[in-house]
Amino acid sequence: MEIAQQEVLVPAAKAQAVKLSGSEALLEALIVEGVDTIFGYPGGAIMPIYDALYDYNDKLNHILVRHEQGGIHAGQGYARTSGKVGVVFATSGPGATNLVTGLADAQIDSTPLVCITGQVFAHLLGTDAFQETDVINITTPVTKWNYQVTDATEIPEVLAKAFYIAKSGRPGPVLIDITKNAQIQKFDFEGYVKCNHIRSYRPKPIVRPQYIQQAAELINQAKKPFIIWGQGVILGSAEQEFKAFVEKSGIPAAWTVLGAGAIPTDHPLNVGMLGMHGNYGPNVLTNECDVLIAIGMRFDDRVTGRLDKYAKQAKVVHLDIDPAEIDKNVKSTVPVWGDCKETLPLLTALVEEKQHTEWLAKFNDYTRQEVEQVIEKELNPTTDEMTMGEVIKQLNEITKGEAVIVTDVGQHQMVACRYAQFNNTRSNVTSGGLGTMGFALPAAIGAKFGAQHRTVVAIIGDGGFQMTCQELGTIMQSGVDVKIIILNNRFLGMVRQWQELFNERRYSFVDIQSPDFVALAAAYRIPGKVIDDRKDLPSALNQMLTNKGSFLLEVMVTKENNVFPMVPQGCSVSEIRLK
Amino acid sequence: METQDNEKQEYNITVYTENQIGLLNRIAIIFTRRKINIDSLNTSPSEIESIHRFNIVITESEEVVRKLTRQIEKQVEVLKVYYHTNADVIWQELALYKVSTDVIAEKVSVERLLRENGARVVVLRKDYTVFETTGHREETDNLISILQPYGLIEFVRSARVAIIKDSDGFNSKLREFERLEPGEDVVENEYLNKGQKVFTM
Repeated sequence: MEIAQQEVLVPAAKAQAVKLSGSEALLEALIVEGVDTIFGYPGGAIMPIYDALYDYNDKLNHILVRHEQGGIHAGQGYARTSGKVGVVFATSGPGATNLVTGLADAQIDSTPLVCITGQVFAHLLGTDAFQETDVINITTPVTKWNYQVTDATEIPEVLAKAFYIAKSGRPGPVLIDITKNAQIQKFDFEGYVKCNHIRSYRPKPIVRPQYIQQAAELINQAKKPFIIWGQGVILGSAEQEFKAFVEKSGIPAAWTVLGAGAIPTDHPLNVGMLGMHGNYGPNVLTNECDVLIAIGMRFDDRVTGRLDKYAKQAKVVHLDIDPAEIDKNVKSTVPVWGDCKETLPLLTALVEEKQHTEWLAKFNDYTRQEVEQVIEKELNPTTDEMTMGEVIKQLNEITKGEAVIVTDVGQHQMVACRYAQFNNTRSNVTSGGLGTMGFALPAAIGAKFGAQHRTVVAIIGDGGFQMTCQELGTIMQSGVDVKIIILNNRFLGMVRQWQELFNERRYSFVDIQSPDFVALAAAYRIPGKVIDDRKDLPSALNQMLTNKGSFLLEVMVTKENNVFPMVPQGCSVSEIRLK
Repeated sequence: METQDNEKQEYNITVYTENQIGLLNRIAIIFTRRKINIDSLNTSPSEIESIHRFNIVITESEEVVRKLTRQIEKQVEVLKVYYHTNADVIWQELALYKVSTDVIAEKVSVERLLRENGARVVVLRKDYTVFETTGHREETDNLISILQPYGLIEFVRSARVAIIKDSDGFNSKLREFERLEPGEDVVENEYLNKGQKVFTM
């Protein structure tokens, strides 16, 4: 994160105060912070801000969503593809409570957001006034920072802090709750100064050379070193530094779901995906490597499986910007505190140039086994019914790995993350830590606004699509171009898979019925198509991608297909099952 | 993890924070989220203008406490967090006892009671008397059992306040925080200067 330069907005070209309302001061602050897009939904307690927004229409693009949850997921999608802070407006009470899922999602996936909520007049606080909820206390566990503004004079400083906190260090969501009186109140606005220091806040730990030296020494002595990386590489904009480190050290590297795309999928040292539905080699060899180098990842339980059987034989080097992550789940031998954009080049300078040919060949052996037993029948099935994997494979062939892929949560998410080709960073937008069904459609809308020159494809299951399908209205009204693929297996597939494997096929309430999705899209004036025959797949995908504007493609896939490999819950990563 | 890491005992967590509304809640939910009971909580202004000091006592293993302190320190408005066992701090709790003046004057040798328990009289009125004592839990408890037979009317005890034995105060640390470029922060790394131990593959 760059340190913001002291910037002063000089209103009306004169360095003297102007009378502004709290709402106007807020919008001025957003402009100085470089905000171009806001996702929001108006209501009584935020009306003064919306009234001011009426005059800022040429500077700030406001997207009217259909539900505040859609607004915040769109903000997340925007932040993930653009690398900027997502901005969301919502009113008090139900407007604010509808943000909670998105806040929790952004908190656990470290997504920078600034959410502005309206609040009842300050003199009504605590009286159970109309549309009053205690937003600050509701959102405290799911925000990096939050603050209630009751006086307009606080707005410039609080907004500056909000943006600084949201995007610096380990990013996260910030919520500012502004009472209606503060939105209306006029005050002497003396310009806006960006924040770059808060006394009690340490966004980045100090980088200690001795740790870098120790880490390099371990890496240079290692016979079987293994790199595992996560979203920290992307959040720190350290893709180049990371690639240089991987290529010089010659160490095989595997990724977490949120780390996907930091180096291209087809990079020779990219050995695949970690975790519960990750690739065979990376999981098994985690328990064979002698030095495990974890970069910008937090050893989530979906990655580690059983902790007491995870990489016990390895010395662990852990690079992280958040000191609380060091030794949280996995004890590190050398903790390299700091921003990986700073620490990686230091480490690269000290590691020896090597090629771990034999060790890398081991990964390739496992890949061959996985192709034989799992991947081949997923990508080139001989059955009549289509698989999710072949849809992704076809999509790769047409988009050449250049698209942004936004996924919802479930089997289709794991299949897409496993098989999608990513040539670029900031291309895999998915709900990792929270696993929020309903994430993809609104996030794809935001992703497109964050990367307007790129093709954005949302891949969604039949269950998740029905959680936020009202956002088709946002697509209709804003005219945003989002390609939607619904992989319909007529089941809540991931839960059904678990019920099949662990609950004796007692399919309890996973048999979900769906509406006619194409007709639903048509009701929102979005063209669409449904296919259930393999031979129609390439032409349908082409039609979707070449259509001017959004398009919904529903693909009927095998009803009862399972995602493999799989590390069952409570098992070690080396106990990964291929069937 | 070594075994001593997993033995539960009392830990005193000291937190230096900005004086900010809602921060108590932010700190409290770090414990409640993990279903950890707070045995004692004291928060008050520190010797430094605008900075507050929390003393939190919980009974947990060192491993859990270490993770908790990092989660607390992660909060934007928290400056610094330390944790110590009881052996590493000097601590006191304050207690007040209200008894009927008549009963006490008639039946108790007040002088002896005060001397033996390090107590003092805070208020002496016709109808009631308030004693005060400070000390560890067992000392304040002891006076309860002495006064119970004489009709203890009301009792209250404060949270624990603790001074860290091995600390040179927070003033110098604070100067570091106020500099725009933060200074070196001392972080324990058990592997520093133990090359042999780490680098034998």
